[in-house]
Amino acid sequence: MKLDINKIRHDFPILEQSINGKKLVYFDNAATTQKPSVVIEALKNYYEGYNANIHRGIHHLAEKATAAFEATRKTVKSFLNANSIEEIIFTYGTTDSINLVAGTYGRKFINAGDEIIISTLEHHSNIVPWQMLCEEKGCILKIIPINDEGEIILEEYEKLLSPKTKFVSVVHVSNALGTINPIKTIIDKAHAVGAKVLIDGAQASSHLDIDVQALDVDFYALSAHKLFGPTGMGVLYGKKELLEAMPPYRGGGEMIKEVTFEKTTYADLPYKFEAGTPNIADVVAFKFALDYIQNIGKTNIAAYENELLAYATEKLESIEGLTVIGKAKEKVSVISFVLEGIHPQDIGIILDQQGIAVRTGHHCTQPLMQRLGIPGTARASFSVYNTFEEIDALVAGILKVKKLLS
Amino acid sequence: MTINELQDEIIEEFELFEDDWEGKYEYIIDLGKKLAPLAEEFKTDENIIKGCQSVVWLNARFENGLVIFEGDSQAIIVKGLVNMLLKVLSNHSPTEILNADLYFIEKIGLTSHLAQTRSNGLASMVKQMKTYALAYQSLEK
Repeated sequence: MKLDINKIRHDFPILEQSINGKKLVYFDNAATTQKPSVVIEALKNYYEGYNANIHRGIHHLAEKATAAFEATRKTVKSFLNANSIEEIIFTYGTTDSINLVAGTYGRKFINAGDEIIISTLEHHSNIVPWQMLCEEKGCILKIIPINDEGEIILEEYEKLLSPKTKFVSVVHVSNALGTINPIKTIIDKAHAVGAKVLIDGAQASSHLDIDVQALDVDFYALSAHKLFGPTGMGVLYGKKELLEAMPPYRGGGEMIKEVTFEKTTYADLPYKFEAGTPNIADVVAFKFALDYIQNIGKTNIAAYENELLAYATEKLESIEGLTVIGKAKEKVSVISFVLEGIHPQDIGIILDQQGIAVRTGHHCTQPLMQRLGIPGTARASFSVYNTFEEIDALVAGILKVKKLLS
Repeated sequence: MTINELQDEIIEEFELFEDDWEGKYEYIIDLGKKLAPLAEEFKTDENIIKGCQSVVWLNARFENGLVIFEGDSQAIIVKGLVNMLLKVLSNHSPTEILNADLYFIEKIGLTSHLAQTRSNGLASMVKQMKTYALAYQSLEK
């Protein structure tokens, strides 16, 4: 289906503004996506119409808020094709989801001498929680190397796998390079040695179809704000039998069945992992973001984003002195680049003067930058509301960077 | 010249570039190119200003009652901004540096570079310069 991009752009009020007197070109979608009016309206409607604490109140507002909150869980369940709503835990984001798994499954089931495998492509949020666990428990972190294109080397991964491997935690799509990892193969091979697998889906969830049952993945983490939803809200999918075996993460209200000073029994799934008053408004609004995506169609979004990526790659590669970093065969619409003799920060500052928002720096992937031997990159990442004209503006902007800085 | 006279001089130079961002940045880039590179022996980990997206070094010494600053950066625009800060704050007494109110940055429209975000760590550089001044001031007493 051919998408009407102009119509889609009108759904995002923030895009209709100028920065430094130039039309805003927002190419920092890998950091966070903008929000459509339906999501902004949902937040407003919640606070104006039915703000109440959920699950306990018996009054009208509490019931309405609870229903809306739980409706999001059902939508997330179908978005990920999970088996049951008990497998959908609301968190504060991908980072929180990973910390939850490391802090509960990890602390209970991973012991001294056991091995955890991650990859060179990981965001700090999928490195540090495991390092903290290893420091506490004496387990060992192993790293899957990548090739110069920015792809995981599967043969090396296989060499790392052994009966000592207890857990594999790998990113679905690299936020810095856009590489799509072969996660089905990674999951199957981990399962073959009895290890559990978490997939960091922060970057993938807005671009790719995710079917946790087909993948047979044990845990999948994502953030709402990268899916046109609010910030401070995320999801942890976990297989029911694993979530049941895991101890709670935080203690408090909502996650209990009965409390006495002698002993507390915990609530059933998913509430066992949702202590305290949750981020109700943002959870409620997230449903509208997912419905918005479903209405446009994920396949349509992916097809259009791929066109943008192909166009941008061709245009950027034709600029003398520009090198695209990350040339994986399977990529989402993220393009990282460096300019010969020009620091990424200088690129970012001059593009910003022209109203073009890109991300520059190490993208919270310092070990990856060390592997690639660069201090950082400039990264343009595209979403469904971006246009070919905006890519032309980026190209003109980069030529201006070269003119000013060479 | 006093710190304020030096600031006023920079403000006057930038008045030429009102509504001309290219001219303004060309000027800053030029300042970056003109700043003599910091000697390698001073490019130590201790001299790195934390919180900048590019590596920024600041070295200080105390001579005849004046604080002498030298600096450098990997990024040329940042280096230009560093050059401006050095022009304004270097070669003054610790007390003058501690009392300095750096109004020129706002006046020339570069406040965003002083913002307290992780990518724009010039605020950290100013803070570090004042910390040096404080340390040298206590030496004097």
